[in-house]
Amino acid sequence: MSSQLNITAATAEPALLDLPWHLPLEDWPKENIAALPKGLSRHTVRFAHLSDHVVAIKETLFDLAKREYDMLRKLEKLDIPCVEAFAIINNRTDENDEELPAVLITRHLKFSLPYRAMWSQGLREQTAKRLVDALALLLVRLHLVGFFWGDVSLSNTLFRRDAGKFAAYLVDAETGQLYDSRLSNGQRENDLEIARINIAGELMDLLASGKAVEIDPGKISQRIVDKYHELWKELTETQTILASERWRISRRVQQLNDLGFDIEELTMDQSPDGATVRIQPKVVDAGHHARRLILLTGLDVEENQARRLLNDIDEYRLSHARTGADEEVLAHEWLSDVFEPVIRAVPMQYTGKLEPAEIFHEILEHRWYASENAGRDVPMVDAVRSYVLEVLSNRPDEEALLGGMQTTEAIMLADPVPSGLIVVSEDDEEGDWRDKV
Amino acid sequence: MASVSFRDATRIYPGGTKPAVDKLNLEVKDGEFLVLVGPSGCGKSTSLRMLAGLEEVNGGGIFIGEREVTDVPPKDRDIAMVFQNYALYPHMTVAENMGFALKIAGVSKEERAERVLDAAKLLDLEPYLNRKPKALSGGQRQRVAMGRAIVRKPQVFLMDEPLSNLDAKLRVQTRTQIASLQRRLGVTTVYVTHDQVEAMTMGDRVAVLKDGLLQQVDTPRKLYDRPLNVFVAGFIGSPAMNLVQLEIVDGGVKFGDAVLPISKDILSKATGSRVTVGIRPEKLTVSEHGLEVEVDVVEELGSDGFLYGRAQLDGAEQNVVIRVHAIDHPMAGDKIHLTASDSEAVHLFDVESGLRLN
Repeated sequence: MSSQLNITAATAEPALLDLPWHLPLEDWPKENIAALPKGLSRHTVRFAHLSDHVVAIKETLFDLAKREYDMLRKLEKLDIPCVEAFAIINNRTDENDEELPAVLITRHLKFSLPYRAMWSQGLREQTAKRLVDALALLLVRLHLVGFFWGDVSLSNTLFRRDAGKFAAYLVDAETGQLYDSRLSNGQRENDLEIARINIAGELMDLLASGKAVEIDPGKISQRIVDKYHELWKELTETQTILASERWRISRRVQQLNDLGFDIEELTMDQSPDGATVRIQPKVVDAGHHARRLILLTGLDVEENQARRLLNDIDEYRLSHARTGADEEVLAHEWLSDVFEPVIRAVPMQYTGKLEPAEIFHEILEHRWYASENAGRDVPMVDAVRSYVLEVLSNRPDEEALLGGMQTTEAIMLADPVPSGLIVVSEDDEEGDWRDKV
Repeated sequence: MASVSFRDATRIYPGGTKPAVDKLNLEVKDGEFLVLVGPSGCGKSTSLRMLAGLEEVNGGGIFIGEREVTDVPPKDRDIAMVFQNYALYPHMTVAENMGFALKIAGVSKEERAERVLDAAKLLDLEPYLNRKPKALSGGQRQRVAMGRAIVRKPQVFLMDEPLSNLDAKLRVQTRTQIASLQRRLGVTTVYVTHDQVEAMTMGDRVAVLKDGLLQQVDTPRKLYDRPLNVFVAGFIGSPAMNLVQLEIVDGGVKFGDAVLPISKDILSKATGSRVTVGIRPEKLTVSEHGLEVEVDVVEELGSDGFLYGRAQLDGAEQNVVIRVHAIDHPMAGDKIHLTASDSEAVHLFDVESGLRLN
């Protein structure tokens, strides 16, 4: 009964009490459920409407829910992109006073997409590669703060569009461990191996479902290993340079900034004879461009989007430069004269399709192609109009991707072993299993 | 398949003053199911992670078979962490689910089919090879996941509290399945749990750890019958062994108004005038004389029962548990006298060192 319910929540949300906690998640009525696509999960996971937002609800054991809730909050504090832990509910019972599992509730990340939702666009090699690149960056960031994931996969990640690329968010921290000290190479390698195998399996499954085309699971899954190592090396490697080549120090810093990382500390050791200097950057923070954009404009966007917007601000500064107008002044001008008018020009009914920064990025792209086709500079006003008409209006809503998408089934392994007959599903394969192994 | 040895293996965490695992020496025989057990912080998971290559080894070494793996990356150690991930792919058949990792590892189609079939036979999954996971029961799905590890033919299986996310009922069921499967496979397995019942029911041998130190490694029977120190005596067995400090007197130790007879040779090994005496709940019997106990609670379990009571020892209260007959037993509130059922029932430990004396 709801009176016995025990709720631990980050924010008070009375509407939580209105959800049908006395029913197993599987049996929740349609009106409570938000039909969002989801990844593969070993627990029952469903999305529900709560006030004006959507939450993801996972049935699990109380101890595990508590652990994951605490872990997500710790990661949030460390500035790791992850879903927001919202509440834990335990002491659930059904109408016959039978115990029901505890649940962990996380807030649905607006404008995020699970990899399986890319189905609708037919997941292609290029998209798959970008997803994997985003996951590699997330894994590097997690490892830098001492987090061993233990179950790295596309299913345990959500993706947000990021100026033609993707930004990855951690969704499932159930198997994760946060260490005070640096992770060992073995731990990092193990996470990578888990990622490699999982990604291969997930992509093979997409191929088997017929929803993905032109994908080589082996090649793409290997990509996470290569991308990760490349990034890790850039971020942590100790470099020895000649004392006469000190410009290399600022170049290293520039390289790291270009990758989106900020340096907290740079250790430099001169060799006894003074001929060489060893440099090692320490604890680098991701989000270099995103932070710079916030400082200049107050806009909070993904890293690549920020990069894109900063480029546009730079162009604006060049064409509007005048004495007395510094970077900040001009950035504010750009915001009110360029960015905001463009976003305001998007009809209300389309604002749920993409985030403003992504729309702006797409309009810039659209304008570039349109200008190339026309052989002249297409004015922004015209570019916005044709973009809305030709592109945006045809896109699905992605704020909270509802309906029209095939939801994947939850696979529960924690079922008791049945004594009866096994039901054979209709979509069982015909022919010899050896052909497909 | 292979044996596993820890040789003086030590792990000190950065900034730590005490080793998390201190000079661990442990031999796991080829094909053996060894369980590492102990309270939280005892070093059991750290030991397993050292074997898996996830934890740096700061001293000593680790061997799989004759090969030293101390500095070998995890994926090259020929080990499989089981149950770490049991996601099954809904659009792939059971056979594909079991064999896909071999495919990306470049194993030939014939070899893949052969290994999948072998594993399926072991796991009673042969009839389902062409099915999708959705058509399987929970237990079968779990076996498919296990199959993923088996087809890789690892030398050693590692399991770190694999049952911790299951409810109590399913935990009992699954532990039997894992134990019997391991026997059929005959693959060397190292298994970590904090639950001594799980350890005792599953392991060929059980290694008990505390504070990073190996306390005892033995068969479940021997651990139960001959614990080498007070810690193991108290940790193994449920309900736990009754442990009390008693005064050495002529002919034995003082047990209420009676004397538990113990030979002089043994008692002479004790430091001080007292010894720690341990008697398991099923080895205490009600008698005319002995330790006086007031019964607080009676727990009837059907086949037998337990009495929970208190004894006064040197002015301090001491909890005592006794196993009794299912029907014919004293009641709550009764004052009874207890004695050891036989001389074998008495475990003696030194008060200072905690080591076994008899």
